[in-house]
Amino acid sequence: MSLELRNVEKKIGQETHIYETNLKLEKNTINVLLGSTLAGKTTLMQIMAGLDKPTNGEIWFNEKNVTGVKVQKRNVSMVYQQFINYPNFNVYDNIASPLKITGVDSNEIKNRVGKVAELLKLSPMLNKRPNELSGGQQQRTALARALVKDSDLILLDEPLANLDFKLREELREELPKLFEDRDCIVVYATTEPSDALLIGGYTATLLEGKIVQHGKTLEVYNQPNSLQSAQVFSDPPMNIAKIKKQGDVCSLISDDVSWKINSKLKDGEYKVGIRPHNITTYKEGSNSLEISGKVLISELSGSESLIHFTNGDLNWVSLSNGIHQKNVGEQTKLFMNSDEFLYFDESNKLVNNV
Amino acid sequence: MNKTVNQKAWLFVIPVFVLVAFNAIIPLMTVVNYAFQETFGNNVFMWEGTRWFKQILLSDRFHAALGRQILFTLIILFIQIPLGIFIALTMPKEGIGVSVCLVLMSMPLLIPWNVVGAMWNIFALPDIGFLGHSLNALGFDYNFTQQSGDAWFTTVLMDVWHWTSLVVLLSYAGLRSIQPAYYQAAEIDGASRWSVFRHIELPKMKKVLTIAILLRFMDSFMIYTEPFVLTGGGPGNATAFLSIDLVKMALGQFDLGPAAAMSLIYFFIVLTVCWVFYNLMMKNEGQS
Repeated sequence: MSLELRNVEKKIGQETHIYETNLKLEKNTINVLLGSTLAGKTTLMQIMAGLDKPTNGEIWFNEKNVTGVKVQKRNVSMVYQQFINYPNFNVYDNIASPLKITGVDSNEIKNRVGKVAELLKLSPMLNKRPNELSGGQQQRTALARALVKDSDLILLDEPLANLDFKLREELREELPKLFEDRDCIVVYATTEPSDALLIGGYTATLLEGKIVQHGKTLEVYNQPNSLQSAQVFSDPPMNIAKIKKQGDVCSLISDDVSWKINSKLKDGEYKVGIRPHNITTYKEGSNSLEISGKVLISELSGSESLIHFTNGDLNWVSLSNGIHQKNVGEQTKLFMNSDEFLYFDESNKLVNNV
Repeated sequence: MNKTVNQKAWLFVIPVFVLVAFNAIIPLMTVVNYAFQETFGNNVFMWEGTRWFKQILLSDRFHAALGRQILFTLIILFIQIPLGIFIALTMPKEGIGVSVCLVLMSMPLLIPWNVVGAMWNIFALPDIGFLGHSLNALGFDYNFTQQSGDAWFTTVLMDVWHWTSLVVLLSYAGLRSIQPAYYQAAEIDGASRWSVFRHIELPKMKKVLTIAILLRFMDSFMIYTEPFVLTGGGPGNATAFLSIDLVKMALGQFDLGPAAAMSLIYFFIVLTVCWVFYNLMMKNEGQS
């Protein structure tokens, strides 16, 4: 089983929503579509589902061309950002609805709904209606409806975005387990890099209607093929600075910070990408570099400290574990872990491995 | 903590209070006053207790008017609500058609009620009216000024023409507020058009439809101007609905006491029906 987009393109009027895309999703995988709002995640999912037709290109499922085949005939299920359930059905009937339509035998329905409800912790509220449930329970119901069907393709369009923090964390941890032993392809769209990392599987980074990179989630994270992919997959945003390489020494152009690298790169100008958690108030790794700057904003979030500071003419973001209070305007010293630096050339390609 | 006492806030309530007093409380209390007394003019009143209420509640005339009123309102609701929903469902969802339809739909609502009555009166005249003449030319024996069935038909048709738009506009607003994801989810399930209507659109429209039914119930139950201009309650008493009968009693016969009692009974019927209906509809509604 596999889902393949071949040269898929989507235009609405003069506007291109999806640029020519080739993507192959394999059997029994979870695939995260990672990108900001309007990157084309929803459009891409609707094309995959058959809710929308591509302007050009083909969709192949199981080595069969299914372009233009209607969604009802594709055995697809989808969960949305909004909690979509039948408003006047109770939880049981909601979960059972896709089975009833396809005419599954009633004992079988009871059996399957019971199992899925148990899995999603909905058993105590099978008789309640959606408007008597919390947001989290409503979304669990929608998820149960998607799971009960044994679909070949399950699409999740930012399913956690409308939930409050605690419920989101809770459900996010359960999600990967839900799909573990299923014979299907799961596609999960999100704007949050942390979602992708937690879910694992495969990730495709999306930017302005283009898939920038597709691969195993950790590989995409550790070895982004380009600056764009790295930027999409970094929250808070990645720090990018211009550097000069001469011999085995690199130095920031905006400040006199320099470090040694062992690489066959040609001498010249490059860009370095530094994820915020690689700039910390304490030393980390064996190749720690000192950088000083003036504090712009200092905020605590949970047990992490986010410090925005200026160095040279750039604004930097650093993320440290633990609580580190800094005063705004204060001159401060921070440490960069140069082992984790990502180097990009003029055309924004990653050059770390050269 | 020290709470400061400041009664000045009451000053701000006074304007509203005065306004409500003049447009609601004082007129209503005057009616209550009349309902328990008898007068022969000269501002002389005699206490009658509940006599007028008993008289009205037991009178055949009131029963007949109430019966006609209930029948009329039921017919109106059974035609206008489904028709309104149906039109709303078939209206375009985007493009220029939306504004065109909305403007067309609003037109009947903007016409003054007595003008509607006069228009339909002329429109339905059997000799020169377009509707009346055409019906007769087609072989129907149609004359709304003489046959009570025709009078009812014309009154109902007029009201449907005048007020269905209100139901359409409310239903349309309700339909537009349904997120597209609901339709997609139903499409993925393979739900039929009927199930989409029955299990998504109808429940999602429940609140606006409740309002639509309430408004149409109240308006049609209290209808006066249009049938007054169209048929004047006739032929005979065939279309003398409650308020037409009430005005006849109060101003035609100057029976202030019984008319006041009837007004109060009328008022309580409308109030009770609205209250019961609203609470029934909203019983199982959560906060969403």
